Amino acid sequence: MTIWLAVTRGANYRTKTLISTAFRSLRTSLTTFASGDAREGTSRKPAYMSSGTYYRSSHFGASEARQQVNHFSSDDEEDKSQVLDFPGGPVPYTDEMRFLPGSSEKRVQCYRVLDDEGYPLSSTQFQHVRKEVAVKMYSGMVTLQAMDTVIYEAQRQGRISFYMTSYGEEAVNLGSVAALSDDDIVLPQYREPGVMLWRGFELQQFVDQFFGNKNDIGKGRQMPTHYGSNKHNVLTISAPLATQLPQAVGAAYSLKMDKKDACVVTYFGDGCSSEGDFHASLNFAAVMEVPIVYICRNNGWAISTPVTEQFRIDGIVVKGQAYGIQSIRVDGNDVLAVYNAVRAAREIAIKEQRPILIEALTYRVGHHSTSDDSTKYRPVDEIEHWKTARNPVSIFRKWIQRSGWWSDKEESEFRANIRKQVIHAVQVAEKTEKAPIGNIFSDVYEKLPKNLMEQEKLLKETVKRYPRDFPNAPL
Amino acid sequence: MASLIIQRIGAATSFDTNNNFDRRSLSGRKSGFLVVRSDGAKITTGLKPIGSRTHHLVTNAVATKPGNSAASTASKSGHEILLFDALREGLEEEMDRDARVCVMGEDVGHYGGSYKVTKGLAPKYGDLRVLDTPIAENAFTGMGIGAAMTGLRPIIEGMNMGFLLLAFNQISNNCGMLHYTSGGQFKIPVVIRGPGGVGRQLGAEHSQRLESYFQSIPGIQMVACSTPYNAKGLMKAAIRSDNPVILFEHVLLYNLKETIPDEEYVLNLEEAEMVRPGQHVTILTYSRMRYHVMQAAKTLVNKGYDPEVIDIRSLKPFDLHMIGNSVKKTHRVLIVEECMRTGGIGASLTAAINENFQDYLDAPIVCLSSQDVPTPYAGTLEEWTVVQPPQIVAAVEQLCK
Repeated sequence: MTIWLAVTRGANYRTKTLISTAFRSLRTSLTTFASGDAREGTSRKPAYMSSGTYYRSSHFGASEARQQVNHFSSDDEEDKSQVLDFPGGPVPYTDEMRFLPGSSEKRVQCYRVLDDEGYPLSSTQFQHVRKEVAVKMYSGMVTLQAMDTVIYEAQRQGRISFYMTSYGEEAVNLGSVAALSDDDIVLPQYREPGVMLWRGFELQQFVDQFFGNKNDIGKGRQMPTHYGSNKHNVLTISAPLATQLPQAVGAAYSLKMDKKDACVVTYFGDGCSSEGDFHASLNFAAVMEVPIVYICRNNGWAISTPVTEQFRIDGIVVKGQAYGIQSIRVDGNDVLAVYNAVRAAREIAIKEQRPILIEALTYRVGHHSTSDDSTKYRPVDEIEHWKTARNPVSIFRKWIQRSGWWSDKEESEFRANIRKQVIHAVQVAEKTEKAPIGNIFSDVYEKLPKNLMEQEKLLKETVKRYPRDFPNAPL
Repeated sequence: MASLIIQRIGAATSFDTNNNFDRRSLSGRKSGFLVVRSDGAKITTGLKPIGSRTHHLVTNAVATKPGNSAASTASKSGHEILLFDALREGLEEEMDRDARVCVMGEDVGHYGGSYKVTKGLAPKYGDLRVLDTPIAENAFTGMGIGAAMTGLRPIIEGMNMGFLLLAFNQISNNCGMLHYTSGGQFKIPVVIRGPGGVGRQLGAEHSQRLESYFQSIPGIQMVACSTPYNAKGLMKAAIRSDNPVILFEHVLLYNLKETIPDEEYVLNLEEAEMVRPGQHVTILTYSRMRYHVMQAAKTLVNKGYDPEVIDIRSLKPFDLHMIGNSVKKTHRVLIVEECMRTGGIGASLTAAINENFQDYLDAPIVCLSSQDVPTPYAGTLEEWTVVQPPQIVAAVEQLCK
């Protein structure tokens, strides 16, 4: 209990130092910026920005302005004559013309629990996880790697058309979903299969979806890795970026109406934060006061666009402040950090009915998808570094083995076993009949309308009439 | 021009004062000027009807409820209502009936909606069920879709249909698709509605006819209302439908007045409406153009023609059953629409009729649409981009030669 309180207090402490949504604190941080600038005080800056030389209204020669502006002290809010009565609250005046800096001098700090060798940092506040949870998280991460390896190979062999790996982001996947309840509704982007894995989506179901066979839960309609399952409270993935973000607000609004003890969790990447829907969604969530946790997988790359070309600000965590959302930055390759942050965020979101933004710093070790070759635009040693030194699976493995909950023997057995299972699933899926032709036409509407019935009939007749041109067509 | 807005569908023998109608010629008409209302309700106007009858026959019962024949409703009392209020009434009845129904959009809450369609609903149902959103159409449309996938039945209001172009991504890629791509696991019972069409000098951006852009999207249904009666009925039907439905209203039709039944009724989303049965030519139209057609019909009747006017109402899918029966009877088709010539509803309807009823046509289908131009602001220019009754009369005369 005490450790948990430390986490909450710690999280709050951290969030206070990182950002604050209260107006007063915002003003305080502004003056902090101002004094920061004052310390800098170089001759390069315009006169009104350098230390001690505040821009006087007399420069304008406007006597009117002069009268309005008095010697306004930054702590003096109580003097009502110095405030503008504006919708949203009183706004204090100032005689200094000062531009807010576009960014902070320092980057926002990153919360972590384990260091690169898997040792818990001495002063970190975190909640201990139970053995079952830790082992399930770890085995989930290994399963994810195994699935990625086998299916990627299968795609390269031409057995499936397309795939997206999640190498390097296993910790974000499993650490986050482990902290959720099964009632929490998840809207993924496309690189979070760990969520489905944790919640019980079978390996065979995954592979059936990749092959689009008749057992595919999506009935052969969506591209690989774009699955969903209402049984597992995971909404079907849609390919265009950021479309899930406003929908997540809608789902959270629905939970709020039902007053459920659950929240919505939605994932997106660094590139996705450039989409208009991202900004509108955060704004909506804050205004509507809905229980939603935004998890950004900042993995450094959006296909070939690095984050330095995606935005001009210190990542996604600082964007929450623009919309009035509490935000935190965590080490996305540290499972326990992700777990703790999501756990805390979820509590706040549900109890206080407000959105929370989590930015998980990680790295996309693999290519964007099977249609991409990332060695063309980034150095191979950068990929290698994140694959080895900062590998989330090996870091966590060190910790879990040191805790006595895993061993080398179990590791090799598990890896061999899971690889066999995935390969078996692939073999089964390959032999399974493809999705039937009727799946082209059903579910477009609630009931099959007449025009689609006609089109289906026409297609089936054509297939029957020219069997050689439509081999293996499953009628 | 203002009378255009309050012009009735046409009561039995009453006249519009601004119509140069030759009353004497009425006696020489071949068939009675019968305006069909599906419920047979009397249309109240300010004008005293001249002639014997003010009641009229009713043909096919378009309402879904069997036995709700016009004859029975003609005797029951109704209440007079304006179109925007009829929409609101339908909305309110559905919100009473099902707690999952909610409304979201800009200024729909305490402001009551830009066209007063949601007036009074926020105080009654609360801020959460009648939700004012920030200005981001793609975002609140997406929000509606997410809410629908998790159990609610939202009605998404676009302040003007043109703004919903910003929501095209959500409407096309998600609204129409997610039921399909999820393998039928998630349904999207949303209603997306708003006023569109050419108004009174609203400018090009506020005069969009979005039905032409949306008609291709698989997975959605589109309907257009034109009278208070069908507005309420279609609103209710759209809300009850489990498919996503786009309900097209028209900026100039909100103040139409009509008497509608007191008792509850729900119309069929996929049925067209027989406005005036006839023999010589089938005129297919919808929304505001219905009134231009009916105005032209008066002139045509006067000249001895007997047009059959059908308000197609269902823009996706087309009611090819009623349309086909009409084509088989008259063998001539004129389509009058407000969409642009290229890629409009008329273009698709022409293709559909040609494909299905080629053998029954005695002449090529004529389609009157707006030109392929943005709607100009100047009043006269704007008037001439929209199909006017004299053009309709000329087209029928040409067709029936």
